Amino acid sequence: MDSALIWEMVIKSLVLILALLTGFAYLTYYERRGLARIQSRVGPNRAGPAGLLQPIADAVKLIFKEEFTPGQAYKVIFILAPIITVIPAILITATVPWGGTVTIGGREVMLGIADINIGVLYIMSVASIAVYGVVLAGWASNNKYAMMGGLRSTAQMISYELALGLSFVGVILLANSMRMTEIVEAQRGLWFAFLQPVGAVVFFFATLAELNRGPFDMPEAEQELSAGYNVEYSGMKFALFFMAEYTKMVSISAIIATLFWGGYRGPFIDTMPGLGPLYMFIKIFFILFMMIWVRASWPRIRYDRLMDLGWKILLPLSLSLVFINATGILLNQMWLIPLLSIGAGFLAIQAINLSLRRKENAR
Amino acid sequence: MTVFIILALVAIITALGMLISRNAVYSALFLVLNFATVAVFYLLLGAPFIAITQVTVYAGAIMVLFLFVIMLLGTDELEDTDNLTWQRPLAIGLAVVLVVEGIYLMLSQNTLGFITTPSEDLGSPQAIGDMLFSKYLLPFEATSILLLVAMVGAIVLTVKNKKGEQS
Repeated sequence: MDSALIWEMVIKSLVLILALLTGFAYLTYYERRGLARIQSRVGPNRAGPAGLLQPIADAVKLIFKEEFTPGQAYKVIFILAPIITVIPAILITATVPWGGTVTIGGREVMLGIADINIGVLYIMSVASIAVYGVVLAGWASNNKYAMMGGLRSTAQMISYELALGLSFVGVILLANSMRMTEIVEAQRGLWFAFLQPVGAVVFFFATLAELNRGPFDMPEAEQELSAGYNVEYSGMKFALFFMAEYTKMVSISAIIATLFWGGYRGPFIDTMPGLGPLYMFIKIFFILFMMIWVRASWPRIRYDRLMDLGWKILLPLSLSLVFINATGILLNQMWLIPLLSIGAGFLAIQAINLSLRRKENAR
Repeated sequence: MTVFIILALVAIITALGMLISRNAVYSALFLVLNFATVAVFYLLLGAPFIAITQVTVYAGAIMVLFLFVIMLLGTDELEDTDNLTWQRPLAIGLAVVLVVEGIYLMLSQNTLGFITTPSEDLGSPQAIGDMLFSKYLLPFEATSILLLVAMVGAIVLTVKNKKGEQS
């Protein structure tokens, strides 16, 4: 490996990390303004023009806040837990391609960090590591509420990882590759969100649960757990948990865009490969808005219903979607896939309806 | 070579830490680190697929369940009760025999050396998939049935417990 390549990698990683952290800061602003607009409020508008400096003000405030460590906490893990939460959130984007190959100063540069042949699996494994931060934070606080919050969210994340993984399998089948760039190339004709609409929806729900976002924000159920796993944290450590959540939102939106919404592809991409990051930005922006919209519109669902949805609805549904994809590919009849999968999705909605009605009758 | 030595040291230290630490959660965390180092070993050997699977399955799923059970049972700290009397000297003796045996074999066989990196597609997902579904189809199916039986067994056990509580 020559030194120029190492420098290229370092610069690309730094740019990506900076972009993610800026994205995190402005995502908080975006969410607060978006939520405010949906709830017909104004939202933060004091710091700077239209409140644009609000994230910086927040950061300054959080850095100077007092940090408090409970006397009975397990110190080492207590300090490590926020760090363990943040690192996977940043690492997970390493295999996402942000564009094609562009020439900068006579040098061919691939817009993306690592284009490995197991890119999708890499995302899966980093996502599964992310559970540790939450569970360790809950345990190290040595507080019953924090512990319950941590355990709850672990159970939730493990359960929804199954549906997430199976949705990945569907995409791998359609693209016939685990390499992210090849997945994007396979969507040249038709985005996978149109070929496999139900898969895209299942993936979206599963990622919401993985992110602990509303309506699945169990670990932060204020009414039941005071705050969940982060109840004992304050100052910058508390901010790190939020940084992880919002950075992960940006990363996962990038992954959703790559897997289902054509990645960096858009009009004129073949002649101007430099447009890739712009298309990614637009797609991420829309997916993030979906997440904020969902949070603003739906109440938090009850814990047993959450588990029911994960295990009894989403898992069989995603398994049947894998089967449908395989059938369509094997028979070489691609039109079967959207038709059959919409049928399966309809059955799943019927199942939810039935179980809700049964619960109402039982009362 | 240097990477290997550093990794080997980390692996040994984490394994020892897992055995020695008195707190079950710390033991589990040491084991996670150990799994991670093993995954890096696989990467060094040119098998990224197995490395990533190692992280996903062992570090990401199984150890999380371990931690879960440790925390739910609340048996974090181990008490210092010593009810192993004759087992300890026996274990030490047997371990010494094993180490001596290993060293003797390594020195006498004279096959010590680094394995050459295998061909690119040996550990690729396609190659593994082909092998699993053609040559090793029977063991693969047998394993899946075994896992299914274990899962059903666990579910049956919990159901019986619930009935016992109600009656």
